[in-house]
Amino acid sequence: MTRRDPVSAVPVAVWAGAALVGLLLAVALLSLVWTPYPAEQVRVVARLRPPSAAHWLGTDHFGRDVASMLMVGARNSLAVAAAAVGLGLGLGVPLGLAAAALGRWGDELVARLGDLVFAFPAVLSAILLTAALGAGAVNVVVALGLFNAAVLARVTRGAALAVWRREFVRAALALGRGPLSVTLVHVLPNTLGVVVVQTTVLFAVAIVNEAALSYLGLGIQPPSPSWGKMLGDAQTHLFNAPLQAVFPGLAIALSVLGLTLLGDGLRDWLDPRHRSSGLL
Amino acid sequence: MLAFALRRGLTLALTAWLASVVVFAALELIPGDPALMMLGVNAQPDTLAALRAQMGLDVPPLERYLRWAGGLLRGDLGTSLTYARPVADLVAERLVVTLPLALLSLVMSTAAAIPLGLLAAARRGRGGDWAVLGFAQIGVALPSFWIAILLILVFSVGLGWFPAGGFPGWEAGVWPALRALILPALALAIPEAAILARVTRTALLDTLGEDHIRTARAKGVGRAAVLLGHALPNALLPVATVLGLQLSFLVAGAVVVENVFTLPGLGRLLYQAIGQRDVIVVQGVVLLLAVVVVLVNALVDIACAAADPRPRALS
Repeated sequence: MTRRDPVSAVPVAVWAGAALVGLLLAVALLSLVWTPYPAEQVRVVARLRPPSAAHWLGTDHFGRDVASMLMVGARNSLAVAAAAVGLGLGLGVPLGLAAAALGRWGDELVARLGDLVFAFPAVLSAILLTAALGAGAVNVVVALGLFNAAVLARVTRGAALAVWRREFVRAALALGRGPLSVTLVHVLPNTLGVVVVQTTVLFAVAIVNEAALSYLGLGIQPPSPSWGKMLGDAQTHLFNAPLQAVFPGLAIALSVLGLTLLGDGLRDWLDPRHRSSGLL
Repeated sequence: MLAFALRRGLTLALTAWLASVVVFAALELIPGDPALMMLGVNAQPDTLAALRAQMGLDVPPLERYLRWAGGLLRGDLGTSLTYARPVADLVAERLVVTLPLALLSLVMSTAAAIPLGLLAAARRGRGGDWAVLGFAQIGVALPSFWIAILLILVFSVGLGWFPAGGFPGWEAGVWPALRALILPALALAIPEAAILARVTRTALLDTLGEDHIRTARAKGVGRAAVLLGHALPNALLPVATVLGLQLSFLVAGAVVVENVFTLPGLGRLLYQAIGQRDVIVVQGVVLLLAVVVVLVNALVDIACAAADPRPRALS
């Protein structure tokens, strides 16, 4: 009997990931028009209440409704991650394409840029920027965006170099097409698959990093809710309201799980070489 | 081999220099007068002038950078404005917490990941494989600081086995100090082990597809002997490379996890320095962490190249 390799179970991974990401998006969008309570509404008389019919996930130490805060937190988290990934795409993809088109010097530039950025984990560069410019979502977006740009430049360059070696690109050059035209018409569309996969991974990383920075008080600033800040607040009430430390973490973990499942599934789907083979 | 090591050493030096430029330039972005920002608007003019001189703000940025970089080469990271002590001394004090924490988490993650990777590769497509892949997928999704909080909830608040935070110091004895580091190290190790288990599995499966493994099997070598004696040593190279790359995530994780457990390590020092606007400490610690990441990756590359000449020949 042939056993199925779990890594090649692509459709399941893609569907599971898409479902979780879809849920995250739906909650974030719903929070624009409806939340059970205003997320910033303080009711000290109702502080640290356990889950109930009135407050599905209970209330925090200020009496704010945890479910409402999680919904708005989803929106904030997605907004920061989307902006950071958007900045990365806007800077990194053109840089990677240019490096592949320009050859040796472009290659060298992207390689050194990659070395430099990998020396600074995203959280560390965000801390550095925060030390200089102060805490806040915008600085987090800039720091994470620059990290994403270097990663995407490297990934795009690698994929673009492979496309430049292919016959149809040589044919286009022989027909008199210029490097810019070849890049836009042939190279870019053929690198998009790799870029999309990497984007889902970076989106997940951005959500975790934003939460970590908000936990430290360096990211999204109160009173706007964020999952990381909710975890930080919950830690001081672990003895009397332990569940408060569970829900925001679960929201982060499920979002990241959805994005990584989607990314892994898409990667395997787009590139069958990732379905490894073995002897045993 | 020597040429490869020299080339890698040059890249390391270039990256470290660029990192120093980035750290210096980032803190040059501080709007307004950093000395005024530290002392407040009510500061006396002479105190302000003294602090500006201490921070080197009375000389042009290029000269300030050259003085700072020169100091770095002599091991002088500057003097903390808050603690009024050399940053190098503060770093040395905090390293006795951060270094054992990092090492303990590396030992924990590797000790869990390699057997899990072996199990998954040996039981490919069966229950054990699915369980390991499930752990890997979920483990990667769990932020280390949330794991840290859950560990406190279960093992400190619930069972009372480990302290919820703080560090008694090594002078209190090895076990009390180690006891304070076990939960933070575990929080860092779980996501790390998830990644490494998956890498080990993939590397083992790739190795198992090679000719020398087929030959060994054809000659009658048992499955366990092939897996442990032939496949595992070859699969450890990619595992070591990923371990080096993961160091930057470990550093970032440690900054946050040390704060969850209020451990007096480098991450806590950095966090407190930001709150105190002590730019000299921030500069020193961030650069030190960046250089450590670059250095370890270079050493891993050189060690891997020494063990397996193929990638070196390709490059």
